Amino acid sequence: MKKIEAVIKPFKLEQLKDALAVEGIAGMTVSEVRGFGRQKGHKELYRGAEYVVDFLAKIKVEVVVDDGLAERAVETIVRAARTGQIGDGKIFVLPVDEVVRIRTGERGPEAI
Amino acid sequence: MSDKLKILAIILAAWLLAAVSAAPGLAGETGPLPDPSGARTGGTADVFGASPGAPTDKEFQELSPAEPLASKLADLIGHNRVAINMVWTLVCGFLVMFMQLGFAMAETGFTRAKNAGHTMAMNFMVYCIGMLGYWICGFALQMGGVGGAASLGGGAVLDSEFVISLFGKDFGLFGTRGFFLSGATYDTVVFTIFLFQMVFMDTTATIPTGSMAERWTFKSFVFYGFFISMLVYPLYANWIWGGGWLSQLGGNFGLGHGTVDFAGSSVVHMTGGVAALVGAAILGPRLGKYKADGTPNAIPGHNLPMAVSGCFVLAFGWFGFNAGSTLAGGDLRIGVIATNTMLASGAGAFSSMLYMWAVYGKPDISMSANGLLAALVAITAPCAFVNSVSAVIIGLVAGLLLCQSVLFVERRLKVDDPLGAISVHGVCGAWGMIALGLFADGSYGDGWNGVEGPVRGLFYGDFGQFLAQASGVVANAVFVGLAMYVFFRILDRIVPLRVSQEIEVEGLDQSEVAVVAYPDFSIKRVQI
Repeated sequence: MKKIEAVIKPFKLEQLKDALAVEGIAGMTVSEVRGFGRQKGHKELYRGAEYVVDFLAKIKVEVVVDDGLAERAVETIVRAARTGQIGDGKIFVLPVDEVVRIRTGERGPEAI
Repeated sequence: MSDKLKILAIILAAWLLAAVSAAPGLAGETGPLPDPSGARTGGTADVFGASPGAPTDKEFQELSPAEPLASKLADLIGHNRVAINMVWTLVCGFLVMFMQLGFAMAETGFTRAKNAGHTMAMNFMVYCIGMLGYWICGFALQMGGVGGAASLGGGAVLDSEFVISLFGKDFGLFGTRGFFLSGATYDTVVFTIFLFQMVFMDTTATIPTGSMAERWTFKSFVFYGFFISMLVYPLYANWIWGGGWLSQLGGNFGLGHGTVDFAGSSVVHMTGGVAALVGAAILGPRLGKYKADGTPNAIPGHNLPMAVSGCFVLAFGWFGFNAGSTLAGGDLRIGVIATNTMLASGAGAFSSMLYMWAVYGKPDISMSANGLLAALVAITAPCAFVNSVSAVIIGLVAGLLLCQSVLFVERRLKVDDPLGAISVHGVCGAWGMIALGLFADGSYGDGWNGVEGPVRGLFYGDFGQFLAQASGVVANAVFVGLAMYVFFRILDRIVPLRVSQEIEVEGLDQSEVAVVAYPDFSIKRVQI
């Protein structure tokens, strides 16, 4: 089992959710995060004083999938979240030791 | 000296002050009788000379025996005239009280969420503390010798002013009647004047809470509230409105009508702005406001809708502030006053917006809102004496002056002023005084401060008036600046003005006022 963490632009979330649903991935955890990569921040103005917003608002999407589905999931995310502009985000794929469904106690790939 | 002892010492001093000055009043009052119930206020005497066609005292004596019904009606008419004026004064006073909400919302909206409880608390308590201090002795010092209000048909018990004689002229310094609104000042007209003057004083008192927000200890703020309402505001206000020496520059030295300030550009706003400057300078900038090289960082406010709404509330209350200063609903100049006030405000917001748009590429709404207020401050002194074109010009200039001043204070003086209170109230208050000295057009104000003829400014032929205005500005800056500087320096030794760094970073709410403003929300920003 693999955990896929995707840091994406916030307005891409709906599109991503729908694209993953089409692939059969219906569950996810979403959090509001801030960050930057090579995009760095942008300058804003408040009453004549410039200030740099280094930490940009992003959305982190976490999904856990079976090993066989992982590559398809990554491609789906890339297609849905890409704009071609700097700041599109990154995807990290991590191994998962165990998955448990709390309600039933199921374990392993059945619990995903 | 422990806190409790300090508070007791202040109360004791106030009592002594009251006892010393009330004593003469208590011992066999021979002056005018007070009227606490209002039953004896407003009658025939208030008809004489009340309008161009009204009967004079002499005519009344001659004609009333032959017209008994008319002479009875005269009593009711006089009462109604006074009633209109008293209702007007009170309702306008209520509108000015409402401005406390405007200040609270503007200040809280322009500062950070983690301090919202503390900012609101200061604006809330300054209303209460200022009122009490003013009741104790502030009103007496300001108005103790003003001599009553003709439009309200009474208040003549306010007849005691402390005067010093220099070069053969009288210089009124402060009043000595009306401590605790007791004795002969338990009078409905005096109470009306008190209420109206109190809300103006509280407008001053709340101004420094803006420039000193986000790092001022609540305890030292409480002491400040008493000091400004009991001493600083009342003294200058006496000099302008209480019959004191600045108002007599015309009678004594031929400078126009003496220093004229219709509704308080200097008495209220400049006093507040100067105190705000001194306080903010002594307090120092907020953590993270200035980079190591001295360039300023932006610290955006947390609720712009609240801030702009607060500015609207202020603009609304200002109708009471300016138009109410006639103390007479029957003085039909109120139409001009209110309209001049309104026009100036729109012009100021507009010019501020244009300035920011031109210089920084975007119309900054926070500066536009400040520009509205700055123009209102500036029109406050001249509103009764100018035409609409002058009002618009005064407002346009105020808006531009404000933008320049905000940047100057922030970048050159390196004084951190979260709201621009120093610029809105201090700088534009001074501009309002000067503007009166330029634009007053002689259409109103006959007999002001005891000088014959209407009030005119430099552009309409009276250079003396301009000098009198300048004198008022200088006197205000020097007196208020010095008084507040000495006070804050001494207070800082006893009760530290500034919170600790830990508290400032975490937010003042929990530690200073025991309640977090937004417990349901995570208000920790990633930056600053």
